[in-house]
Amino acid sequence: MKNFDLKKDSLSSLNEALQAPHDHDNQIDWQVTNPRGSHAIAVGLDAPINVSIEGSVGYYCGGMNKQANIHIFGSAGPGLGENMMSGKIIVEGDASQYAGATGNGGLLVVKGNAASRCGISMKGIDIVVHGNIGHMSAFMAQSGNLVVLGNAGEALGDSLYEANLFVRGSANDLGADCIEKEMKQKHLETLDSLLREAEADAKPEDFRRYGSARELYHFKIDNASDY
Amino acid sequence: MCGIVGLFLKDHSLQNQLGQLLSQMLITMSDRGPDSAGVAIYGEPANTESKITIQSDKQNNDFETLESILREKLDERLDISFKDTHAVIRANNTKIKFILELIENYIPRARVMSVGSSIEIYKETGMPSSVIDRFSIHKMKGSHGIGHTRMATESEVTTLGAHPFSTAPDECLVHNGSLSNHNNLRRNLVRDGIKVETENDSEIAAAYLTNQMSDGATLGEALEKGLADLDGFFTFVVGTKRGFGVLRDPIACKPAVMAETDQYVAFGSEYRALVDLPNITQAKIWEPEPSTVYFWTQ
Repeated sequence: MKNFDLKKDSLSSLNEALQAPHDHDNQIDWQVTNPRGSHAIAVGLDAPINVSIEGSVGYYCGGMNKQANIHIFGSAGPGLGENMMSGKIIVEGDASQYAGATGNGGLLVVKGNAASRCGISMKGIDIVVHGNIGHMSAFMAQSGNLVVLGNAGEALGDSLYEANLFVRGSANDLGADCIEKEMKQKHLETLDSLLREAEADAKPEDFRRYGSARELYHFKIDNASDY
Repeated sequence: MCGIVGLFLKDHSLQNQLGQLLSQMLITMSDRGPDSAGVAIYGEPANTESKITIQSDKQNNDFETLESILREKLDERLDISFKDTHAVIRANNTKIKFILELIENYIPRARVMSVGSSIEIYKETGMPSSVIDRFSIHKMKGSHGIGHTRMATESEVTTLGAHPFSTAPDECLVHNGSLSNHNNLRRNLVRDGIKVETENDSEIAAAYLTNQMSDGATLGEALEKGLADLDGFFTFVVGTKRGFGVLRDPIACKPAVMAETDQYVAFGSEYRALVDLPNITQAKIWEPEPSTVYFWTQ
């Protein structure tokens, strides 16, 4: 395992090394100590490497991640895993606003709570939050799965295109065009595999599924007078 | 952007380090706003005495004038200290109104930063590190303090546009965000007789709270009412003689992190600001909820 101590090593030297592991004998396991809330740790990775971060991170950790497994032993600031493409990010603590925003793929696991705008404009990423999520989560979500073991905040799934939102706790305030939908066998299977992968102790049948009513997809002549 | 830090001590043994801890927190937030910086420090409240902190850009002339006027007009030993562009006058509570009138009449250029039995506010343009050095903030003692570093967005970079803003005796506010209805609120406040000095939106938030409290509201009630009347983005941190509060708007896009241990409650715009606090790894760390008033008192 190769170590970077951000108390003495620079952030750019860390990211340069993680972004080019072939320059380091294809080193697989990396450890980052003393992250001290720094911004943009382990961004733009594109190799099947494991990065263990021993503490809390600031803005944009793991942004644009491809292939890498990033494990944060602390909490994460805003924009965690933004526009992630593949790979896996696990946060042992909480995640601040817009975790997993615009993500195209991969799995993001938040073991604590996620704040507002979790999964905003998600485009295929899977997000599993063991705790609660804040307001405006999955706003304009396009595809992927958002799984929440706790409660969802105000306006869940507002202006949703597609994507499946699974909530075990309360989701009392759904956003415009977001409705509860039937939980089919295929959804239970998806949920079961995501819960397993996210080490979440919950039963798929305890969740409710929410999705798009598809009423905002097309212009409706009845609404012409509203414009 | 803007950066906010706040530290409220529960453990009296840390009081000697308040200035040092708060200064380090504020310097860490420098890249959130390099235009101006300020701090409010709350020392041990005195029962019969208050402090007036004033600022002048022409401090040599103004403070000389002030000192001679006060010596002439006050019949007691004068307690005045100077720190760069700021001066702190300590006097019996019964003399405060008279001294404020003297300041207004004899050195009208000077601005009153704060009045109260424990608060002192220091603010200037420039980086946090320079403001801290000029006023030796790192050497100050106290029970709680609030710091702000500003990235100006909607009004000019001046000392008066810097934070904290005093809202009432021993009370102050710092703001990260922007208000969209501050012009309308300013007109209403001026109509109600509230003195407003700048085009700054944050000053309006402070003046709004002052106005609510002068109508009898507690700080908590004034903040709750602000949720309905203030349109825009805000994370506020407020200080009172013995208290420390936090409020975020319903959208909550301006960042905020809090930490609490047996020794202190701390606020930072980012976790980075908190990393050097004592035993931070054992602290309870959380993001304050939107539309929720948080308040701690001694």
